[in-house]
Amino acid sequence: MTDVVVAGVGIHPFGRHGDTTATAMGAAALRDATAEAGVSRGGFQAAFCATAYGGVAAGHRVLGSLGLTGVPIVDVEAGCASGGAALALAAGAIRAGQYDTVLVVGIEKMPRGIIRSSFFPPWMEAGGLAATPAYFALRAQRLLREQDLTVEDLAAVVVKNRAHGVHNPDAMFTTSVTAEQVLASRVVSPPLHLWMLCSPNEGAAAVVLRRGDTSAPGAVRLDAAALRSHLPGSVLDESTPLSGIEDGTITPPSALAAADAYEAAGLGPEDVDVVECQDTDAARELISWAELGLCAPGDQARLLADGDASIGGTRPVNPSGGLLSKGEPLGASALGQVVELVRQLRGHAGPRQVEGARVALAHTVGRGANASVVLLST
Amino acid sequence: MTEHAPAVAPGLFREGADGTLTLVGGRSRSSGRLHFPRSPVCPWTGADDVDDADLPRHGRLWAWTTVTAAPPGYAGPVPFGFGVVEFDDADGVLRVVGRITVAETEALTEGTPMVVVAEVLPTEDGPVTTWAFAPGSGGAP
Repeated sequence: MTDVVVAGVGIHPFGRHGDTTATAMGAAALRDATAEAGVSRGGFQAAFCATAYGGVAAGHRVLGSLGLTGVPIVDVEAGCASGGAALALAAGAIRAGQYDTVLVVGIEKMPRGIIRSSFFPPWMEAGGLAATPAYFALRAQRLLREQDLTVEDLAAVVVKNRAHGVHNPDAMFTTSVTAEQVLASRVVSPPLHLWMLCSPNEGAAAVVLRRGDTSAPGAVRLDAAALRSHLPGSVLDESTPLSGIEDGTITPPSALAAADAYEAAGLGPEDVDVVECQDTDAARELISWAELGLCAPGDQARLLADGDASIGGTRPVNPSGGLLSKGEPLGASALGQVVELVRQLRGHAGPRQVEGARVALAHTVGRGANASVVLLST
Repeated sequence: MTEHAPAVAPGLFREGADGTLTLVGGRSRSSGRLHFPRSPVCPWTGADDVDDADLPRHGRLWAWTTVTAAPPGYAGPVPFGFGVVEFDDADGVLRVVGRITVAETEALTEGTPMVVVAEVLPTEDGPVTTWAFAPGSGGAP
């Protein structure tokens, strides 16, 4: 199989950036990624731009602002997994021999508060059914009940990720929190408190992929980029249907994407050294661990208690601080994970470095439902 | 009474003269499976053989929470209850999402008997009727 390498990465910090446009943030991230890759006009054959709220020709505006148009530019929307989808398309085109070098950029500038989404028809909004965090809360309640977890375990996820985010200058929140503080924050929808939910925000990230020699020292290989949607039936999955059936035998989209990625890469969960996974809310992270095969369902509390998922633990999860620290600019979040993991694999992650990391996994899941799993190695 | 408030969307439910509300789903002739709202095809198999099918009016609480801030496009009261009720069907259970008539949901427990009721909500275009789940048996099954 043709090898695909990550030739460069760039990120515009996630947060709130006033009048700065999504285009400008995308240009900043892409400028850093292309500089690192040594790519300029004429040195790439296509670009994919991940965004959910960017509007018409969002990618053209980013590349146009850098004088880089002329190649095919395609915007990609797959909810929270938009960046993973763009990466999968870019990597697939390189492996198929269509292109040698492809730019992938993700941009977003989200409104504040509960995400308003064209996903819901107006009548569902009128009925109060576009209550996105409440769907998360129902899922969290089932998780706690079925896997013998507590609201304190949910707080522990926030404490872990915010502790990691202290060392990430690209994160929105860079202060640590205590479990007591998390549980004292406002209840949004029980069992979820405000600090257990990530903040929709603004930011951009970019990755340059290239067909290439993976034997060079420090080369980061893109082993797999898989994207899947949901199988019907589960009432609480990210497709937010109004009805569902008994779902014990329905494989969730994240597990489908993980299986595809592991197979394509010839790797298994036991090979993974460091993970960035979807932590839209604290319960989502714990569900993701099991869906990605990182632990057996029901083992989450023990892993949390033992610190296995913290930096310094056996397999750190969300060393960047996760979305709980960074916030979630939809189109940029998956590529932001890849930027973090490339830095980890290069050994350039500073005080949040996961020592000896050789294989890394990035995971996003969200509206659609869409789920992406990316495997990287060095 | 506000019984003249139109349905929030067509085809979701039927209102009885006695004020009861029955959710109208679909059932695939080939898969036998029930779903809600009614879809042109069976959402579980894709089979193009769906007939209207009334859902039971009585079920059990499966998951619940409270919405504390108005979601986008919603003009009704907050807080309000929100959850999933399980209905028994010949082919297993159907889990349905909806509002819960009580906002203080802490006292609810898994398996609490729930009945489907009508609820009237204000909107920019005037009041509309939607479905909701109320704790209790709501009279005869």
